[in-house]
Amino acid sequence: MAFIPHTREDVAAMLAAIGVGSIEELFDEIPANLRLGALSGVPESLSEMEIGRLMAERARLDGRPLCFIGAGAYEHHIPAAVWAIATRGEFYSAYTPYQAEASQGTLQLLYEFQTMMASLTGLDVSNASLYDGASAMAEASLMAVRANRKSHSQRILVPSTVHPHYRKAARAVAGNQGLVFEELPYCTEDGRILPGALERYDGQDITALVIQQPNFFGRLEDVDTLCDWAHARNILVVAVVNPTSLALLKPPGSWGTKGADIAVGEGQPLGVPLSSGGPYFGFMTARMEHVRQMPGRIVGRTVDAAGRAGFTLTLQAREQHIRRAKATSNICTNQGLLVTAATVYLSLMGPAGLERVAAASHARTRELVGALTRVPGVRRLFRGPAFHEDAIAIDRPVAPLLETLAARGIVGGLDLSEHYPQLGQALLVCATETKTSADIERYATVLAECLREARAA
Amino acid sequence: MSNVPSDLKYTKSHEWVRTLSDGTVEVGITDHAQHALGDLVFVEVPEAGRKLTAGEPFAVVESVKAASDVYAPIAGEVTEGNPALAAEPEAINSDAYGKGWLMRLRPAAAGAAPALLTAAEYQKLVAEEGG
Repeated sequence: MAFIPHTREDVAAMLAAIGVGSIEELFDEIPANLRLGALSGVPESLSEMEIGRLMAERARLDGRPLCFIGAGAYEHHIPAAVWAIATRGEFYSAYTPYQAEASQGTLQLLYEFQTMMASLTGLDVSNASLYDGASAMAEASLMAVRANRKSHSQRILVPSTVHPHYRKAARAVAGNQGLVFEELPYCTEDGRILPGALERYDGQDITALVIQQPNFFGRLEDVDTLCDWAHARNILVVAVVNPTSLALLKPPGSWGTKGADIAVGEGQPLGVPLSSGGPYFGFMTARMEHVRQMPGRIVGRTVDAAGRAGFTLTLQAREQHIRRAKATSNICTNQGLLVTAATVYLSLMGPAGLERVAAASHARTRELVGALTRVPGVRRLFRGPAFHEDAIAIDRPVAPLLETLAARGIVGGLDLSEHYPQLGQALLVCATETKTSADIERYATVLAECLREARAA
Repeated sequence: MSNVPSDLKYTKSHEWVRTLSDGTVEVGITDHAQHALGDLVFVEVPEAGRKLTAGEPFAVVESVKAASDVYAPIAGEVTEGNPALAAEPEAINSDAYGKGWLMRLRPAAAGAAPALLTAAEYQKLVAEEGG
């Protein structure tokens, strides 16, 4: 099937109209050394039947392990109705709804999504989604630079308790646009921002402070104090939050006396399967005063010429099809299908259902950490409360241990040594409502077995 | 035909400049510019103390049709952004040369006199643009 409808004659006519000899000439301004030329390392194309078979074989390699890894993506139960509704033709093929008169269903869904996210985060406005949690944090940093007109430094403070991938993505996206990300140290005893880490920035020009809650280690930062510290110095606060946790924890809009300015996060826990790492979606909400600096689509509720309620894209003057290079971002289309699933998920769960998921996940993680730390050689790494993941220290090398566990059908957690070598042999573990007491017992029993064998060897 | 007061100076990018009695200058967008933009819904004015070079974007005016930058006609330091425009951006539509002013600026000391247009020259420019 040809995906490009233009005929050779169409192309020639268009080139003649703008006075250009060939399509190649349109790219003249890109220097030769920046061009890729031919793609190498890409194999010959496969038929649909062949690719289906290959993917089925790859999927079989995953097996059906018990998964105790969180670290930014969480295995939650997804009611069957979620994807049955999200994959209806009306939603499945929907694209950016420019044409409001033909897109009321999609627009209403996005409006409801925005309403739910604004309500969950306790902030005024939401956009219609971003690519994922990591890029959402990068976009929030860029937005903070535009919004904070009292600051001219483009310096963003990012605690090392923020997800390492998020920090890396933010530097990749915004680093070349002049933003400087400065990492704050964390306390190795309680796994939170080191008290006093902020003092050295007193009196300096800082644009924004990022706070992840719960942080990468699953721990609860002192968000009220951090938020007030920042606001007293004209520093904007970017909250990075887990949407499930907001059913129990204080929403960013209520942090400190003024509340966070922008909240972002990974939407995957809301009805999106783990699916080998994606696609997921990011969300972003903000205080009304910053709305014109917000990237992405925003759907608004309005009335038509006859006074009937309806929905439409709004505040489009911020966007790239109008504002070109000076748009608030290059985000053109949102993660519509995943947002559809999330909206259906949230409407099925309701506030009480989401709260039960959050509470059950917290309880299961406590149970998990209790069971694992009864195994000789395993201890809890940090003191103080955690939400639905926690770090444990093990007296044997973690990498080979994880391999042995995987061979026995258990994905045991995330090896923290790559990003936090100073923590020694440590593992980040997570249990959601999908894990039963029997699952947790099985992990503890197999872990004890593996450690016994490792010591005997 | 656009309203082009004869006592003001203009730029090719459709800003007007008024010299005030204390030596500072007031800057806004012309009647022609506000008409081309349509109903304004949001205006972002600069903070006092900001230093501008000639030609640097200092404000954003957003209408129902478009969002545009406004450029500093001359170099200097901002003494005031018009605080009333946050609540009443339509003042630019109704009174572009009065209540619709965007900022006041203390011109940088010396330097070459900026190439501003007279009312007659600006009138001609607008006519050429079909205004």
